[in-house]
Amino acid sequence: MALSGAKCLMEALSHQKVSTIFGLPGGQIMPIYDALLDSGIRHVLVRHEQSAVHMADGYARASGRPGVCMATSGPGATNLVTGIANAHMDSSPVIAFTGQVSRHQIGTDAFQEADIIGITTPITKYSFQVRSVREIPGTVKAAFYVATTGRPGPVLVDIPKDVQMEVDEVEFSDPVRIRGYRLNGDPNSADLAKAVKLLSDAERPFILAGGGVRISNAYEELRKLAELLSAPVGTTLMGKGCFPEDHPLSLGLVGMHGRTEANKLIMEADVLLAVGLRFSDRTICKVDEFCPKTKIIHTDIDSSEIEKNTPVDVSVVGDAGKVISGIRTALVHKLRKDENCEWYTRVQQLKETVQAKNNHEENELKPPSILKKMRKILPTDAIVTTEVGQNQMWAALHFAALSPRTFITSGGLGTMGFGFPAAIGAKVARPEVPVVDIAGDGSFAMTENSLATSVSERIPVVVVILNNRVLGMVAQWQRYFFKRRYSAVELGTVPDFVKLAQAYGAEGCRVESLDEFSSVFKSALGKDVTTVIDVPISPEEDVLPMVPPGNGLEQILEA
Amino acid sequence: MSERTFIVGTLVSHKPGVLHKVANMFRRRNFNIESISVGPTDERDLARMTMTLTGNEWMAKQLVKQLEKLLDVVATTVLDEKNSVLRELALIKVAAADSKARSAIIDWTNIFRGQVIDASPESLVIEITGTPDKIDAFIELARSVGLKEIARTGVTALERGSDTIDSEKDVT
Repeated sequence: MALSGAKCLMEALSHQKVSTIFGLPGGQIMPIYDALLDSGIRHVLVRHEQSAVHMADGYARASGRPGVCMATSGPGATNLVTGIANAHMDSSPVIAFTGQVSRHQIGTDAFQEADIIGITTPITKYSFQVRSVREIPGTVKAAFYVATTGRPGPVLVDIPKDVQMEVDEVEFSDPVRIRGYRLNGDPNSADLAKAVKLLSDAERPFILAGGGVRISNAYEELRKLAELLSAPVGTTLMGKGCFPEDHPLSLGLVGMHGRTEANKLIMEADVLLAVGLRFSDRTICKVDEFCPKTKIIHTDIDSSEIEKNTPVDVSVVGDAGKVISGIRTALVHKLRKDENCEWYTRVQQLKETVQAKNNHEENELKPPSILKKMRKILPTDAIVTTEVGQNQMWAALHFAALSPRTFITSGGLGTMGFGFPAAIGAKVARPEVPVVDIAGDGSFAMTENSLATSVSERIPVVVVILNNRVLGMVAQWQRYFFKRRYSAVELGTVPDFVKLAQAYGAEGCRVESLDEFSSVFKSALGKDVTTVIDVPISPEEDVLPMVPPGNGLEQILEA
Repeated sequence: MSERTFIVGTLVSHKPGVLHKVANMFRRRNFNIESISVGPTDERDLARMTMTLTGNEWMAKQLVKQLEKLLDVVATTVLDEKNSVLRELALIKVAAADSKARSAIIDWTNIFRGQVIDASPESLVIEITGTPDKIDAFIELARSVGLKEIARTGVTALERGSDTIDSEKDVT
């Protein structure tokens, strides 16, 4: 079949069942945008390319399918960089297509030329540059294959403009072969047996679940294993939602802003099963003081994560679902149902003690009560995204995630401005469920121009701004660790978010009480246009508990 | 953990940009590579890189795992120094203004089994092949009469016996 490079790309994308692309055109990608018109693929026009990647990322995390975004060369491509790095840190399958100057211009510092391959190599699973039309089908196939298999991650495909225009014979049926690509899905049985041995002898087992459980869709297996072991389950930020947070064995978040009961119990465990995670510094805090007496089993699909951040006793390289089910199958015959009941009692007692201390029903307009109210109003399958900072940690602590892929947040990179475009992407993937961005005023301002996209493309989401008029997390650190010397954190009362929303054609409301919030929030969920709810809160509000930097998990500052 | 020198051999796709991807990973992950040599192999699509780095056991393991994670890397192994042959080639330009200096250099070159490959009234260019230690020793001697310039290839190495880098074995 003879096709232009641009038409060939559209054909290759339809082979991959791509239904939506988030992007913004420019000079060096115009042939592709022209071909897009006849492709039947929906294009969501952003107002800044950073939002296009975050949308593709939100789409991917909500659906489990790869998200696709597109930008022109030079500044279009470099505007993608933050979003690509974000997807890389959180192992999200995003595929970015960029226009490039024509082949004969590459290296000449041509207008809008940027070395996007050089720039993105360390923040992608792979960056491809196609040099001929014939390479397009195979490269697209390889890009989707690499992005979605093993430990997923972003892939970039750079296409020079003359390649987009050139016509050549192309073949779509050639298989992809990447010699150096190792898929470590199947766990080694000897390693699995070592893990089983440790767990079958454990008196106080603990499961720490990470994003790998979500990627592998291993929720049911995880729940069954936890129940079989009577093991409490804590999660990393990426793992939130992998285990229902209303389950008696659920402890919620572990780490710097982990729940007190989760941080205490993980340190009391005699065997820790850590699944699908990389022991980030925000999860384990001080490495030397992390579970010193605990036997640690680490399992991850990426072998380079084993012993990268902390030494472990047993490691199993493999897909989280396969590892969990392998362990459970072996343990079923070895364990009695009522084993570890002393540990179960300890877990329940500590949960009750901590919760009794924190559970004073408040009717004030404070983040914990707002988030608990949202949980009561939203259906279980509603999707929540967050921005980064205090809003994110409040959401992680006080908004219970009850089903998988319903809590979407920027974990590794901590990208302010992620939540709103990610919410739009999630809504495109799951139009049937409500999608809410839990925002701070600082973060929302970073990508607020996505209001234009959400309104003009009719992708309605709800934005709840916990508006403290400061860069809250930085202000909190300045309060605790810099003697309250506030430096560059005060944002003031600008903009007026209600008017800002209205200026974009969205709805905007400000609420003054929790009751008012409830009714405004409920009605926003039923609207077919985006609503921004401005919720004024105190600038002095802290996110607690917190493990101050440089401390072990047990040194917790409590409310 | 104690530090020592590791020699890592790796087979990579032989195409543009691969050296950048490998070198970029070293920088990104904070590995300090002392030498790197690259060349084609018997397979048209593959090139072989040999790297040396100083570090502990943990670093070497991480380096191998990070290399294996790269899509352009087909096989990687840490070469056991006792069980490998390693060589480096150096071209050394030495000042040889008088006959005394000139004959000393030629003597040393013979002792080191090197070759004089270029001569001019003021200088000689010597080719030395051997382990890095041997080349270091020759350079020290050359320095005493007047070292002008050095070009070294970096170490390249192969395991002794019939094992090859891509034969099935646990490389970590």
